[in-house]
Amino acid sequence: MARITAGVASSHVPLLGVAVDQGKTQDDYFGPIFAGYEWTREWERQQKPDVVILVYNDHASAFDANIIPTFAIGCGEHYKSADEGWGPRPVPDVEGHADLAWHIAQSLILDDFDMTIINEMDVDHGLTVPLSMMFGKPEKWPCKVVPLAVNVVTYPVPSGNRCWALGEAIARAVESFPEDLNVQIWGTGGMSHQLQGPRAGLLNREWDNKFLDMLESDDDAVRYIPHIEYLRETGSEGIEMVMWLIMRGALGKKVRRLHRHYHIPCSNTAIGHIVLEPAA
Amino acid sequence: MTAPTEKQNIHEYLAEFDDIPGTRVFTAARARKGYWINQFAMSLMKAENRERFKADEKAYLDEWKLSDEAKEALLARDYNRLLDLGGNVYYLAKLFSTDGLSFAEAVSSMTEYSFAEYREMMNKGGRSPIGNRSIKGGY
Repeated sequence: MARITAGVASSHVPLLGVAVDQGKTQDDYFGPIFAGYEWTREWERQQKPDVVILVYNDHASAFDANIIPTFAIGCGEHYKSADEGWGPRPVPDVEGHADLAWHIAQSLILDDFDMTIINEMDVDHGLTVPLSMMFGKPEKWPCKVVPLAVNVVTYPVPSGNRCWALGEAIARAVESFPEDLNVQIWGTGGMSHQLQGPRAGLLNREWDNKFLDMLESDDDAVRYIPHIEYLRETGSEGIEMVMWLIMRGALGKKVRRLHRHYHIPCSNTAIGHIVLEPAA
Repeated sequence: MTAPTEKQNIHEYLAEFDDIPGTRVFTAARARKGYWINQFAMSLMKAENRERFKADEKAYLDEWKLSDEAKEALLARDYNRLLDLGGNVYYLAKLFSTDGLSFAEAVSSMTEYSFAEYREMMNKGGRSPIGNRSIKGGY
């Protein structure tokens, strides 16, 4: 039987991908950011997940303004790195797990989550940067990936509560997949950042750390934070953190924190990273 | 924090967004208004379109259903104005990437700071949320 063994959350700032691709991860600027991922890279080498369900948002790459799916699941066999305006990142193609993805998609729809199904798409920095942060620069990614794209750009975006509930439903779907698979779920994006308008550059260390504390807690209060609070406290793009709640919801009531890292700044953004496992 | 007892009213939900200083939340109304600005920007994901755009920006823009105001703002790279016209930063990123600008440099152009000053602010911990959360509340 497949099982979700751990949850990982991480920012997915495009500049981190540039740092990896250009070999700058040890310099004065990026060194302290990447140092906070060393524990996780070693842990992932030991864990050897078969599949990662990777929750991210497409940044106007696979989806344009025409079609805006709230929750979309990639059910394809493979995905290429998107050209976001400066050429595709030089990273390996991402291999999907179509059997598991279709199983999750069907299960979620029966469980009242009306998913959009994607067969072919390119994946942008939202998905490839977390892979680079956790796995470095391999010739081939060490696991298969089920992309799960969330609209966090055009409002209304899904509520934190809905994201948490989707995570719970994903866990149920994974548990009913007959093959024996070690599955992780990753929530990406955030933490505080604002990329637009005169208020751009807003960061909020205190709020971000409170959010990390809430993720570690047995209490599920974090799912009820309203959008307006994310917007006021964490900048217009901090709303990406609702995607972390899909990861958290999939882990069950109690979790154990294995690792946590926070760093300001990377480009416009506060970097946050946490590794959790379900606790009985 | 507890579960909300009733469903949120869409009008009240949207009205709150106007109370955030220096921020244009990308609502459905903005998405409708800026549809062709954003679709134009998306077209720059293809290398051949970037080349055509760079060769003659005005001619390329004329191929799209854009208002004169939108074309002016695009040619001027006036990103705050483009936000007002319904542009979204993830779409506009295709334009500033075509220009060879980093996210931070393009973003800094929307603030009161030069890029160097903006970088310095970020390195010192970013813009404080204090006084920047609410126009009406002033907190």
